[in-house]
Amino acid sequence: MNQLLSFVRKEFLHVLRDRKTLLILFGLPIVQILLFGFALTNEVRNANIAIIDDAHDVASRKIIGMVSASGSFRVREVQGGHASIEELFRNSGVKLIVLFPANFNNDLMHTQHARVQIIADASDPNTASTLTTYVSAIIADYQKSTVQSTALPFAINTQVRMLYNPQLKGAPNFVPGVMALVLMLVCVMMTSIAIVREKELGTMEILLVSPFRPILVIVAKVVPYLLLSLVNVATILVLSTYVLDLPVQGSVLLLFGVSTIFILTSLALGLLISTITNSQQSAMLFSMMGMLLPTIMFSGFMFPIENMPIPLQVISNVVPARWYYTIVKAVMIKGLGITSIWRELLVLVGMTVVLVVISVRKFKVRLA
Amino acid sequence: MRTILFLLRKEFRQIFRNVTILRLILILPVMQLVILPNAANFEVKNITVCIVDHDHSVGSQRLVTSITASGYFKLAHVTPSYHDAMALIEADKADLILEIPQGFDRALIRDNKQTLFIAVNAINGVKANLGAAYLNTIITQYNAQLRSQWIQPARFGPVSRIEIAALNKYNPYLSYKVYMVPGILAFLVTMVAAYLSALNIVKEKESGTIEQINVTPIRKYQFILGKMIPFWVLGLVVFTIGMLVMRLVYGIVPEGSVLLLYSFAVVYIFSVLGMGLLVSTYAETQQQAMFVAFFFIMIFIMMGGLFTSTDSMPAWAQMITRFNPVRYFIEVMRMVVIRGSTFDDIKYHFLTVFGMGIFLNGWAVLNYRKTS
Amino acid sequence: MPDIVIQARELSKRFGAFVAVDKITFDVPSGEIFGFLGANGAGKTTAMRMLSGLSRPTSGAATVAGFDVFTQPEEIKRTIGYMSQKFSLYEDLTVRENITFFGGIYGLSNRAIKEKSDQLIVQLGLQAEEKKLVGSLPLGWKQKLAFSVAMIHDPRIVFLDEPTGGVDPLTRRQFWDLIYAAADRGVTIFVTTHYMDEAEYCHRVSIMVDGAIKALDTPRNLKQTFNAPTMDAVFYHLARGAQRTAD
Repeated sequence: MNQLLSFVRKEFLHVLRDRKTLLILFGLPIVQILLFGFALTNEVRNANIAIIDDAHDVASRKIIGMVSASGSFRVREVQGGHASIEELFRNSGVKLIVLFPANFNNDLMHTQHARVQIIADASDPNTASTLTTYVSAIIADYQKSTVQSTALPFAINTQVRMLYNPQLKGAPNFVPGVMALVLMLVCVMMTSIAIVREKELGTMEILLVSPFRPILVIVAKVVPYLLLSLVNVATILVLSTYVLDLPVQGSVLLLFGVSTIFILTSLALGLLISTITNSQQSAMLFSMMGMLLPTIMFSGFMFPIENMPIPLQVISNVVPARWYYTIVKAVMIKGLGITSIWRELLVLVGMTVVLVVISVRKFKVRLA
Repeated sequence: MRTILFLLRKEFRQIFRNVTILRLILILPVMQLVILPNAANFEVKNITVCIVDHDHSVGSQRLVTSITASGYFKLAHVTPSYHDAMALIEADKADLILEIPQGFDRALIRDNKQTLFIAVNAINGVKANLGAAYLNTIITQYNAQLRSQWIQPARFGPVSRIEIAALNKYNPYLSYKVYMVPGILAFLVTMVAAYLSALNIVKEKESGTIEQINVTPIRKYQFILGKMIPFWVLGLVVFTIGMLVMRLVYGIVPEGSVLLLYSFAVVYIFSVLGMGLLVSTYAETQQQAMFVAFFFIMIFIMMGGLFTSTDSMPAWAQMITRFNPVRYFIEVMRMVVIRGSTFDDIKYHFLTVFGMGIFLNGWAVLNYRKTS
Repeated sequence: MPDIVIQARELSKRFGAFVAVDKITFDVPSGEIFGFLGANGAGKTTAMRMLSGLSRPTSGAATVAGFDVFTQPEEIKRTIGYMSQKFSLYEDLTVRENITFFGGIYGLSNRAIKEKSDQLIVQLGLQAEEKKLVGSLPLGWKQKLAFSVAMIHDPRIVFLDEPTGGVDPLTRRQFWDLIYAAADRGVTIFVTTHYMDEAEYCHRVSIMVDGAIKALDTPRNLKQTFNAPTMDAVFYHLARGAQRTAD
């Protein structure tokens, strides 16, 4: 035990002495959580909407007023001509054009039928559908308001309650996601690179010739990163609570416990990578290039998993970040306890065990 | 000039000898480009609703039927217990709950109005909004239907209708792949260029060969150019492969000029290499270089408009994205490929990225010292 | 009277409060094999890096081949050869590729490069290895190759930093044969080492302790002055009170 401790201490010193890396290891989660907690959202805001009003009558002005008043879009009026529509989209970043034909109100009042054209830049389907739906809803509201002057009988009203995130902020969705992403990537990168580095420098052999079981060598290497990551978790939670106004609804202890397991999973993954790569370069290539995008996309915080084609849904099951993301949402945002997440937790534990077993075996084989 | 040729020969030899890395550099982006865009989808479909029916009347049954028949929702469960419904939300088995109070049917006729309760899992705000909106629409329609059954339709005069003709330009099928593939390609090229350049000089520092270079009469700019050009070429190779994948696998044909895309890619890669080289001149070990590069790449990817729109960000965040070169490449890719933009439309992007390139590369050259 | 090609006056290098090289002063005439001895950490490498233009001195003055180390480091680099402690050749390039690369960097014409490469490979007996990656060569050959590469542009002055580190005695002797051959051609050799027996091979030797030169003379005179039978003993005598133990 004493020997193990002195080993761990040596590893700690390695880590602590590399100031630049340390700065990144601590600074990265802080910067990421702050940036993304505040800046990221799936909502469509501040989009440029251009209105071409050939009618200039009561109806069109009223509708334009309603759209402008809605607040979250940049609405401006432009002069029409079909050539300029192309330009508006290509040049000025306009995402939606609303066209009121001449005689709009006349048609509406006298023929009971009028047409509004909405042209959406569908490059980004999300923005296009959202804006189209939104403006259509405003137009529908207008229509209702011209028709009814009294309240309709037999009115069914709805009262909507938004659970967990009444202000519909982006943070509750993104913070758990970024947590999963950052923890996983940092842990994988740190372990894989640190171990491969020793292989490259040749110091690994010295360690392994020592009267130590290889597994203890690995444990010693991994412990400083475990503690470092837990500090990161704590930092993230503090920031989330006091700066992002997103406190932990459930048990903080449980969250730490779960995070520890996830960190171990990630460290084990890093370990596995270190057994299959020989140079720091390829370890880094794997960890950064090979894992960044897939983790973002398959963890479920950016794109809903249930929307993906089945084969990809299967793949996402293998991504540890996906399970951790679900657990963090459950504990941190929904305030649930272990009874709700034990299944996901078991999956993470299972993954960790499998990864460790494979890595240790490969580790031994390499040296034989 | 001759010196640069010798440098290039050496660099290219080293690159091609490192088969593992070469393979990874070429295969990883292709794999990701082929698989990942299929996962990208912001559509809100398959919203799961759990209905808590305290009424069990004919009316409530009909409401349930019209909800399930709409096609927007999947019915998770109909239960008399709100508690059970909440459990489903907690387990992520339901996205929203519709609660129909007891005596709903009769109270509607008696009191002339009635309220239904909806509870939505709002962690994903967009999904929540849309889900609630759809549900509201269905309920309104059901309401109108009910009304027209109970009341003489003649009471109301002919209803004026505003027809909305909606046109989706550039991407009529609203395909997410069209939107994501160019963006992901831009990002993959960025990662390759940044990674290669960030590690390269540091590697020579670590192995000591940089000292041997520093003691020769080689000029700084020759050295830096000798490092940059091979990665420039590699970056463009990856870009080309990506363009081929885009065409052959996804059938996306650029609306605009491919030459324009390549020109921009050349300037852009110049910029990214500058960043990588700069990091490489400051870092002492490959590990450090990688972590610093990773730090910036993470910010670039999340704040680059790849997944979430830069327009939706608060003003201060948008200011930050102005310094993110990836943002410009992603925009240009989308603008030229999907909307067919011309040079005129993207000249601001060109200038900005070029300027960044000059700044970063210049800094790298200045920072690199042959005599310490 | 041969002219002085390397001149140092009170040359010093500080890293913060730490004085790595403390006011060293000496002259090296053309064609001499000048040994720069000292224990690990005495400051030899730092001194050599200053003279070869790799490191800017903190104070003092020095010229190499007439060029000032403060203001003309790039000119110095054109006229000298240098072999670093790590034998810095590219491990993932072949023997011939390394020679070609450095030949090109030093501005040799293509023909000259070809001639030189052929010559060197024969001289070093590396014919069977010329297509092999340098990383796969045994240490002794790497080191001989590194020396040759340092000499490829026929510099008149050559700096060798611990060129024989970690190599068997036979290879060390062979290496010194190469050095002698170069000296015979009139090349000035400035070599650092911590092997005291190699001191005997040099024309003159300086011994550095804790960054300062404690003795400078021919090996024979030093042995007489300190009444010691070997250079080892001379060194031991001087270095006993040394404070620093490792670079």
